[in-house]
Amino acid sequence: MKEELFVSGREIPNIDPFLHIWHWQIPIYLFLGGLAAGILFFAALFTVIGKEKEMTATVKWGTFLVPGALVLGLLMLFLDLKHQMFFWRLYTTIRMDSPMSWGAWVLMIITPMSFLWVASYLKELVPEWKWKYKWIESLLEWVETNRRAIAWVMMALAVILGIYTGILLSAFNARPLWNNAILGPLFMVSGMSTGVATVMWMSKSHSERRILGSIDLLLIIVELFFITHMFMGMRAGSEVMIQAADLFLGGQFTVSFWVFVIILGLVFPAILEVLELIGYKIPIAIPVILILVGGLVFRFIMVEAGQITRYLY
Amino acid sequence: MRYAMAIDTKKCVGCSDCVVACQTENNVPIGYCRDWVTETVAGSYPNVEIELRTERCNHCDNSPCVRCCPTGASHIVDGGVVLVTPEECIGCGACIQSCPYDARYSHPDGYVDKCTFCNHRVIRGEQPACVAVCPTKCMYFGDLDDPNSDVSNALKNRKYKALAPEAGTKPHIFYLI
Repeated sequence: MKEELFVSGREIPNIDPFLHIWHWQIPIYLFLGGLAAGILFFAALFTVIGKEKEMTATVKWGTFLVPGALVLGLLMLFLDLKHQMFFWRLYTTIRMDSPMSWGAWVLMIITPMSFLWVASYLKELVPEWKWKYKWIESLLEWVETNRRAIAWVMMALAVILGIYTGILLSAFNARPLWNNAILGPLFMVSGMSTGVATVMWMSKSHSERRILGSIDLLLIIVELFFITHMFMGMRAGSEVMIQAADLFLGGQFTVSFWVFVIILGLVFPAILEVLELIGYKIPIAIPVILILVGGLVFRFIMVEAGQITRYLY
Repeated sequence: MRYAMAIDTKKCVGCSDCVVACQTENNVPIGYCRDWVTETVAGSYPNVEIELRTERCNHCDNSPCVRCCPTGASHIVDGGVVLVTPEECIGCGACIQSCPYDARYSHPDGYVDKCTFCNHRVIRGEQPACVAVCPTKCMYFGDLDDPNSDVSNALKNRKYKALAPEAGTKPHIFYLI
């Protein structure tokens, strides 16, 4: 067999190292976007099924984190751009084939929507709050009367936002680790899990925590299932995909992935949540922090590892 | 009309004249380049083979860089040539991630830059700069739809390959082997 011994010549010091074009900003955005999508999805879901009274943290107080997370996430996306003064070009066109175009437009809609959602609950948190302008009052009244319909729209947008964090990566044919259809749902489920965990930490009601705990447990199980699926799909794929999977099954990301993402970020918090559900007293902060750190590390690893999987060179 | 390039790996000596010609013609910033030469050594002694290839954007038919571009800065013009409009590019890097040939790079001014098949020369009826200067005349450029073009003639009588065809992008740089 003719085996390639070496390929040389592609040594362009000003280009090759920078083909690794995405740095820390992208995983942080993916984390914040997933978190916001998770919180908004469940706020909308419990509004639609009429549980505002029982699930106050989910429907109301948790969403106060969302505008901040989205604005910070947008800032991260902006910082990542290399031709920043032209960022407005995103909003002069809609391109169906480009996930980034979808994402930009969804963010453009869901960010103001999250501000409205939070503003409409502000008076419940701070009863003496007065809006400076009359039109804000009437806008928020409109939000309150149409909350159910808004929740439906928000739920759909939250799903797109959550999936988008994964599709952003999976749309790249040239990066075999990313290029699989399960990555979108996987990132959505992971984002929802971080969102639910955060709200669970904020909730003061025991029954709400129990419901959120079971939802989070379910999401973690689905996430583990998707991850298994992803690796099975890659192991059954072409050579570049097998090499991509091997980064996690013996290669350079094995330890960080299995220890920080799978064991500490998913399995261990899941065990703690099961213990909590069957009646043991577990400080809620422990599983929540593990899930959040695990989610963040997962995104850093996926973005880093994806960029070293290539077809050539 | 479909522009393509054929490169004779048996004639290429790896002199990098094509690289310098491109940098000069297109005012590529110092330290950057739109095309490059690779050397592949394969086999085991005493049956060792060496292959020299000058590589660049493949101007793919199924171009992932054009599809993933959120602003439409990456686009395809007449002849299947993939171009970038700097004033529309936001420098998000999506096209750099999407290219299996790593043919795109971030220009120091922020936008993404790449081989244009010297579109400005081709529309005047000239050859791309790299093809025009090649001292061994190992590069053939032309219209694939025209059976008498340089590139069609080059591909007629020789075995050829494309790089990473498994990436499924329908590349249009062919290597005569």
